[in-house]
Amino acid sequence: MNTGLKAKHQRLVLIAIAMVVLIAAGLLAAWALRSQASYFYVPSEMIANPPEAGQAVRLGGMVQAGSLKTAADGVTINFVVGDGDAMVPVRYSGIVPDLFTEGSGVVAEGRLDAQGTFIADNLLAKHDENYVPRELHDMTEAQKRAAMEETTK
Amino acid sequence: MIAEFGLAALWLAAALAALQLVAGALVLGRDEPALSALVRPAAVVQGVLAALSFAALILLFVETDLSVRLVAENSHTEKPMIFKIAGAWGNHEGSMLLWVTIMSLSGGLIALIERRLPERTMIATLAAQAFVGLGFYAFLLFSSNPFARLSPAAPEGLGLNPLLQDIGLAFHPPTLYLGYVGLSVAFSFAVGALLTRQVTPEFARAMRPWVLGAWIFLTIGITAGSYWAYYELGWGGWWFWDPVENASLMPWLAATALLHSASVLAARDALRAWTIMLGVVAFSMSMIGTFLVRSGILTSVHAFAVDPERGSFILALLVLYIGSALTLFGLRAGTVAEGERFSVTSREGALVVNNVALSAILAIVLVGTLYPLVTEAFDIKVSVGPPYFNPVSALFFLPMLLVLAVGPLLRWRRDSLGRVQNEVVLVAIVALLVLAGVWFNTSIGLLPLLGLALSVAVALASVLPLRGRNLRRLPLAVWGMVFAHLGIAVALFGMSADSAFTKEKLVAATPGETVEVGPWKVKFETVEPVAGPNWTALEGVLSASYSGGKARQMAPQSREFWSPVQQTSESALLTRWNGQLYAVLGDEIEGGRWQLRLWWKPFVIWIWLGGLMIGFGGFLALVGRVVDDLKRRSLQQRIARRRRTAADEEAAA
Repeated sequence: MNTGLKAKHQRLVLIAIAMVVLIAAGLLAAWALRSQASYFYVPSEMIANPPEAGQAVRLGGMVQAGSLKTAADGVTINFVVGDGDAMVPVRYSGIVPDLFTEGSGVVAEGRLDAQGTFIADNLLAKHDENYVPRELHDMTEAQKRAAMEETTK
Repeated sequence: MIAEFGLAALWLAAALAALQLVAGALVLGRDEPALSALVRPAAVVQGVLAALSFAALILLFVETDLSVRLVAENSHTEKPMIFKIAGAWGNHEGSMLLWVTIMSLSGGLIALIERRLPERTMIATLAAQAFVGLGFYAFLLFSSNPFARLSPAAPEGLGLNPLLQDIGLAFHPPTLYLGYVGLSVAFSFAVGALLTRQVTPEFARAMRPWVLGAWIFLTIGITAGSYWAYYELGWGGWWFWDPVENASLMPWLAATALLHSASVLAARDALRAWTIMLGVVAFSMSMIGTFLVRSGILTSVHAFAVDPERGSFILALLVLYIGSALTLFGLRAGTVAEGERFSVTSREGALVVNNVALSAILAIVLVGTLYPLVTEAFDIKVSVGPPYFNPVSALFFLPMLLVLAVGPLLRWRRDSLGRVQNEVVLVAIVALLVLAGVWFNTSIGLLPLLGLALSVAVALASVLPLRGRNLRRLPLAVWGMVFAHLGIAVALFGMSADSAFTKEKLVAATPGETVEVGPWKVKFETVEPVAGPNWTALEGVLSASYSGGKARQMAPQSREFWSPVQQTSESALLTRWNGQLYAVLGDEIEGGRWQLRLWWKPFVIWIWLGGLMIGFGGFLALVGRVVDDLKRRSLQQRIARRRRTAADEEAAA
């Protein structure tokens, strides 16, 4: 291969290639993010417009008081996540995070099964007093109270 | 008294930074030899004062002086000493003081030892360093004073978040900070060189050790952080694409690109403007990372010190630094003289591909991390996770690894693929064999499959440059490259093997029961109460044997801290060369059974081993470069002395 290009031209070619690749990366990212836009659901959205069964998504909301039940195998738990408007049953097999309790916020990673139960692979709960999953951050106190009252009626 | 002393030292250091900036600017404007002599000493004394201030803060934490607000809020008299000390930086104010300390110490160090740059570029660099430093001094003094008194003094401290009471985590932030702040030095160098239009190979050689140093600390910091999350959070994962993790990955990607482009500039005088640009981008990524972590704009598993006011302050600094650097770049980039030409198939060509691919991955991570912020402005909540990051970044990461395999074999300036044909064919055959072998024997996902094949190919390709060379004469920098590239292969192998072959067992076990996971037989002996300095725990006693071998003990715990009240689970790990057994003890359930989660993770430890090898490679290269520089300097001095004596003798005669 020859280096017959003038230095200036070579620089332009380099810049052009770099720009093309970076723009491609940006477009790819934008395209991938669009298909990810439905990655996070709150219960009312999940009921109104459910994701395809088996598609990996996140579900966020409040663990409804009184809904938490441990199955006979001792490691599977069933609970209901609500946002004050709607509720979705969740099943999770595993050791729950340290600060996972009824009435607190949770984000579950997993997929919806054909029966409408959310099968969680992973639970993200508060990691300390100050940590709330980002998606739940501005669920208002009023909404939280409503969500709690809903289930304690 | 100690608090007042610390605060006074901090104010004095800030004043010196202001002096350093003004004097530097005046020297650059018109020649002021008198002022020029001020800049270096100002930088050195500033570093010493900042260090004294930080030492004062540590002392306050050691004494648990509860009349200082920061100590009262983050420490406790009954905390182990090591965590009292670490508590000094395990919070917002203290970590910002650490940041400023590292920054001004490195400024002082440059002033003391750097002799290669032209004097004016040196002054410009120190002025730029002071400019960046001043913003952080202002941040500390006006919005995050670590020495603020509390009146009346607290009767007892609030304690440190138990998740932070971990020896790995105590040293994790300082390590990352050394990396972040090291990049501020690269930034200052870039700005200094732009100001005086001295973008030369000498400049790249002067900047390179700083980039290398920062990069080593970033590498180790990311590796340690990943291992911490893996064993402390008890979920068995090692990378989460959490915004805070991304905040450390992005500067690392930029620094890696910078390191390679600086090498091209140093060796071949090409990629001048690009290198400068990367210097600005790398530090911008540190700042964006700091902003993401500190602003509370993203709540993350790792974030602390959430305060919108502080977020705005960092955002303002970010805009100021990046904005002015980019403006300067726009004005001056055209006048940075053109570099040397090179052919596409050459070492430079391969490094350009590496740079472009790294930049693309950086763009992908940046977009994915910031995207939720943008949509939130339109009231749409989105979270971006592994389904986005993994495949999209792999699309650029995999071809980059292919070039990594070929690049080191190529010569500078101009080469032909024909010359390295045999090596390339050998590497390709080995990769295809591994691919086929794994494909037929297992049913693993596409990404882990490609990862396994590529890791073997990269490992082979990384040692090929050693072939036919005298190993004892080989420069340390080449050894560094070989180690770092080999580390990439090792880490990639660990990641792929872990995601492809992990076995998991989740049971409710009664003491006495035996659980099998992968090749392990794990006997659940009993559960016992134990007590630590500031916690009590229930400890599961397990004895695990690997395919019928000798039994080894494991003790996962479920801990209760009492100040602040919090429960954590401490996982237990058994490490073998070919993987790790990971155990977590859950809650007691009725019938005297306990939740027990076990993972057999083949080769998982190789992820962090690879990370350490990458860092060690950087360290070898750094030592090699520094030793070379010292040799060159002493040689030059000797020549100069000989010339002087010769001239003296001549004059005498």
